[in-house]
Amino acid sequence: MSESDTEALLDAIERIDERLHDEQDYLTELDSRIGDADHGNNLARGISAVSEKRDDLAEMALDEAVKTVGTTLVSEVGGAAGPLYGGSIMSASQELDGGLDAESALAFAEAYREKLTERGGARPGDKTMVDAVTPAVHTFQRAIEEDDLPPVDALAKAVDAARRGVAYTVPLRASKGRASYLGLRAVGHRDPGATSTLFVLEELLATAEAHAGEASATDASADDAVAHGDSADVDGANPGDEHGETDDAGDA
Amino acid sequence: MVGLLVVSHSGKAAAGIVEIAAEMASDVSLVAVGGDPDGGIGTDADAIAAGLDEADDGEGVVVLVDLGSATMNAELAVEMAETDAVLADAPVLEGTVNAAVHAAGSKATLDSTRDAAEEARGMSKL
Repeated sequence: MSESDTEALLDAIERIDERLHDEQDYLTELDSRIGDADHGNNLARGISAVSEKRDDLAEMALDEAVKTVGTTLVSEVGGAAGPLYGGSIMSASQELDGGLDAESALAFAEAYREKLTERGGARPGDKTMVDAVTPAVHTFQRAIEEDDLPPVDALAKAVDAARRGVAYTVPLRASKGRASYLGLRAVGHRDPGATSTLFVLEELLATAEAHAGEASATDASADDAVAHGDSADVDGANPGDEHGETDDAGDA
Repeated sequence: MVGLLVVSHSGKAAAGIVEIAAEMASDVSLVAVGGDPDGGIGTDADAIAAGLDEADDGEGVVVLVDLGSATMNAELAVEMAETDAVLADAPVLEGTVNAAVHAAGSKATLDSTRDAAEEARGMSKL
């Protein structure tokens, strides 16, 4: 793969690894409320296994490297997150066979969303990771195709949309996954899968900003960037919230 | 003969279901897979793919699953494996017993064995 693609992929893996380990207990705590309390540990184990392969990944073409990330997650994560994250990444990786640009990033995102939706059988509003992924991908698509934004700005808008999607899962009952067994007891808790998806997207944005920033010398953090997003169309969204606060509102 | 693969979040549950079914169809290739990659409660696509190979006798494998992620990991394993395999939309214990009894018959095919498993959906206990 090209030197910049390699660098960006390895940087993204490092950031996501650190973030998922930082959030491991929080994700497990979320999952203990409405699931089987393994989401944080499973993802941490999976991303550690990916990180251990970084030297091999650096030698591969981008699509092959991303596919290897997917197969590694499938093998190491288990649970529902293994096939959902890993299987969707494996399937979408073929969109990156010509390297990374706005067009292939969008094709990857759309293929990821399609596979995720097909595999899990979930629709928006079912209180799953689809609630973060769908608005993020649609927003990214619009920002690229209609609004002609640079990819990094489009990704910032997508992350903002995912954040609102996660907030949207809080007051819902679940129709898919383990939480669907809980009925009304799932109401008031944010979905762990949607939440981890947001964390991953935030780190992808941080990576994209760091690499684009080498040219433009901007120093926007993920939070700064999304604060400019348009959040007027969704009730209850508060992009600046620390994750703990939104949960408390639902737990009362 | 068509083989059967039982996938549960618990290796013990899968083994127990196979034990019950084997009592009624001892000749049928019955394989149990359960647990996550760490040996905890969960399911693992790689282990399921290995189980498909083990269960296959040349005429394909019907896969029976328990909760949500078992279905997803089994679907992924079927996509990854070379084995001709189908998932049954059936209660895991009753479906396995039904399918095992059916698979032991001389005319059983992959599709008819899956159908036999799925007939267990309508079984009433009271």
